[in-house]
Amino acid sequence: MTANDIVLEANEITKHFPGVLANDHVSIDLRKGEIHALLGENGAGKTTLMNILYGLYKPDSGQVVLNGKSIVIHSPKDSIEAGIGMVHQHFMLIPAFSVAENIMLGDETTHAGVLDIKAVSQRVRELSHQYGLEVDPDAKVGQLSVGAQQRVEIVKTLYRNANIIILDEPTAVLTPQETEDLFRIMRQLTARGVSIIFITHKLKEVLAVADRITVMRAGRVAGTVKPKETNEPKLASMMVGREVILTVQKQPARPKDEVLRVEDLRVLDDRDLEVIRGVSFDVRSGEIFGIAGVQGNGQTQLAEALTGLRPMKNGKVIMAGKDVSGKPPRPIIETGLAHIPEDRQRHGLVLSYSVADNMVLCNYYLEPFARGGVLQQEKVDENARRLIRDFDVRTPSPYVPTSKLSGGNQQKVIVARELSRPVKLLIASQPTRGLDVGSIEYIHKEIVAMRDRGVGVLLISAELDEIMALSDRIAVMYQGQIMDVVKANEATKESLGLLMAGIKSSETAEAAAPRP
Amino acid sequence: MDWRRFAIIALIIVVMFGTVVLIGTSQNSPLVIITSMMATTIAVATPLTLGALSGIYCERAGVVNIGIEGMMLGAAFFGWLAAIYMNTIFHYPAMPSLIVGVIAAIITGGLFALLHAVLSITFKVDQIIGGTVINILAAGITGFLNRQLFFGAGSVFHGQIPNAPGVLPTIHIPLLADIPTVGRIFEQQPIAISAILLVIITHFVLFRTRWGLRTRAVGEHPRAADTVGINVIRMRYMNVIIGGFLAGLGGAYFTLEAISSFEANMTNGRGFIALAAMIFGNWTPFGAWTAALVFGAAQALQINLQFFRELIPPQLAVLQNSYVVGLAPYLLTMLILTGIIGKTIPPAADGKVYEK
Ligand SMILES: Nc1ncnc2c1ncn2[C@@H]1O[C@H](COP(=O)(O)OP(=O)(O)OP(=O)(O)O)[C@@H](O)[C@H]1O
Ligand SMILES: [Mg+2]
Repeated sequence: MTANDIVLEANEITKHFPGVLANDHVSIDLRKGEIHALLGENGAGKTTLMNILYGLYKPDSGQVVLNGKSIVIHSPKDSIEAGIGMVHQHFMLIPAFSVAENIMLGDETTHAGVLDIKAVSQRVRELSHQYGLEVDPDAKVGQLSVGAQQRVEIVKTLYRNANIIILDEPTAVLTPQETEDLFRIMRQLTARGVSIIFITHKLKEVLAVADRITVMRAGRVAGTVKPKETNEPKLASMMVGREVILTVQKQPARPKDEVLRVEDLRVLDDRDLEVIRGVSFDVRSGEIFGIAGVQGNGQTQLAEALTGLRPMKNGKVIMAGKDVSGKPPRPIIETGLAHIPEDRQRHGLVLSYSVADNMVLCNYYLEPFARGGVLQQEKVDENARRLIRDFDVRTPSPYVPTSKLSGGNQQKVIVARELSRPVKLLIASQPTRGLDVGSIEYIHKEIVAMRDRGVGVLLISAELDEIMALSDRIAVMYQGQIMDVVKANEATKESLGLLMAGIKSSETAEAAAPRP
Repeated sequence: MDWRRFAIIALIIVVMFGTVVLIGTSQNSPLVIITSMMATTIAVATPLTLGALSGIYCERAGVVNIGIEGMMLGAAFFGWLAAIYMNTIFHYPAMPSLIVGVIAAIITGGLFALLHAVLSITFKVDQIIGGTVINILAAGITGFLNRQLFFGAGSVFHGQIPNAPGVLPTIHIPLLADIPTVGRIFEQQPIAISAILLVIITHFVLFRTRWGLRTRAVGEHPRAADTVGINVIRMRYMNVIIGGFLAGLGGAYFTLEAISSFEANMTNGRGFIALAAMIFGNWTPFGAWTAALVFGAAQALQINLQFFRELIPPQLAVLQNSYVVGLAPYLLTMLILTGIIGKTIPPAADGKVYEK
């Protein structure tokens, strides 16, 4: 390799935020046609570095070098012109706009001054076909699942023909199949000379696709390695600075009373299509009931209906012995529910509120946080300080707005709040989305500990590994129905995979068994 | 707004007109009553429509503007003053003076808007406060100058209010205006006609052009707009100023089209009603226009009920009470619009300062 191969270089970049040194003399380079993975704990400074390369933040010091020439990027306009595209960790999509409008925004095609939506939709369909990314240009973004939104973001970058693409945790919300597709697309792109910076917390993915891996820790580069020279445990300890146990350790469950009973639930989505089509199941205290399934099979709406965020069309929901069908969120929460929502920024946090305030979002009006309608600030602060310590939330103080936290640390604020309350039932949708391996280890331990304290856990996750590692029983959802419920210790990846594809085990058993 | 709601609103307007027709039928022919009510409706709706369009540009770009009232008042005064200066001091004929007046009004609106933009976008002052500043400032300046220039001892015009150059002439829309009786509806003054054209233009700009797409993006999710290379600050500035121009034109209506004089606080809350029309219309030009027309029709109802007071049958004696009738436009508008329009959704980032 010669120096000419380097298309983009960050040179000794330093960036301070109030109370945080987010990047401390960071240097990293990107070669033509390579996939350069960037790993690091939550809050290590990955997104900050990428935002600097993309022109959203100005570095305090250091240079950006593009094709051997030092350049100054004032705004995303400059970086787009320089051929840099970025898929942001938190989507930069406008919910009220259609997919086509979102994709063309900033790079519009017009015909005699009028937006040419048709031409754009056509181009989107072509790209979608060419790369096997399923997107409907006419759909409203606000009605799409997070996975679909992620695909829109990827198409948005492809649409602009970027030759340097930054992907900030694109796989956090993708299903394993979608991730595979993304990797295929990434390879397709690099074969054409596009260079990619790929951020993820999933070590397997890094080892599978990266040409080089740079690990960041606490704002600095901890080292750059080749996948061949390393393995998962080594990467994990490089990131976290200690050894990480990558498997979940737990005793067999001892389920007791029923804490959640769902009978013949039917729910409509935003387009009035029935996406939950007669679902019944129950969760007992002291067990983890996992719901597996390819995303978009109704899991989102199931969680929303159970927590009162979405009206139900039919059916019954009994929580801790109380009928909560059709009730709004507060009475449901008061029966003893904790909820980790799928979309942390939309349903989990008030981004402009401080970390401390977000940590009492469900119980600020109850003792000890309020007395006679007056907020007890010391209690709120005390609670925040304890949770920040226990859950290792990286924040300069309890008083900064949560919008200033890194993505993973925002997730930790929600998890800390929900796991620390005395509840009977926990509904967790993608609880470890976007968390680093160290934090996942801790949160998995906490969820198991909650189970052992007698809490019933409904775990919804697109990560088959997570479902299999934590659950005691596993239900598989397919097209709004539960295909089957199996015991976790009897389930295999293959058998679940078939159910997720809509093939019943009896059918497979029949097909597989030799006829007598 | 869907067609069903539109039909209900149209029906209500028909009922309002019908009531007056029934009451006044012994004195005037229905056609005459209806055309005169329609003319009133359009006239009353003109400044409201322009004010609402002004608000739409600002708020679609994410800047709340409650200073429209002040912008219209300021524009009404300075537009009028410019026309008088042109006419009485520089001795230009009426028409050019009026045109200069309208231009001056538009520029005044733009300058007030620039102030609002500087306060709320650059200095990140709370947008409600920025708007309030403009309202107070406009009331103060116009009241003060009006007194000093026209009434004070040693004032420029020596206590004599000069004969203004009159009002903008009516334009006959060819063919349509020639229809007997109903043709009267198509005889309108230029600002009223512009208001209607601007509704159509604004709809087109907002929903069909690049400018509109970017404007809405900046008002919905400024950060997302920023990441695709759109200059959020610039878009917001421009739209607030465009809004100011429209409010300025709305102000010109009061002193250069409706009547040819200025009174202190003569906009009399119309800027706020325009904002209500914008909200009722769900931040869309046609929606806002409909709301403005509903208010105009209710106003026409009020005027005509007072006119036909003697003829109101005893069963409807409440309608003879001038307080009840005076409240009618406001009550009716509120009831109709809240009941029928239902929930409205403002732009997601409306009123929020953009910080990187
Ligand atoms: N706009 C901001 N204002 C203040 N502090 C910020 C801001 N953005 C990031 N930070 C801080 O900078 C540090 C690095 O954040 P960054 O988002 O770069 O982390 P990250 O490596 O992307 O983490 P994650 O894996 O959780 O996404 C964090 O401590 C965060 O709190
Ligand atoms: Mg990040």
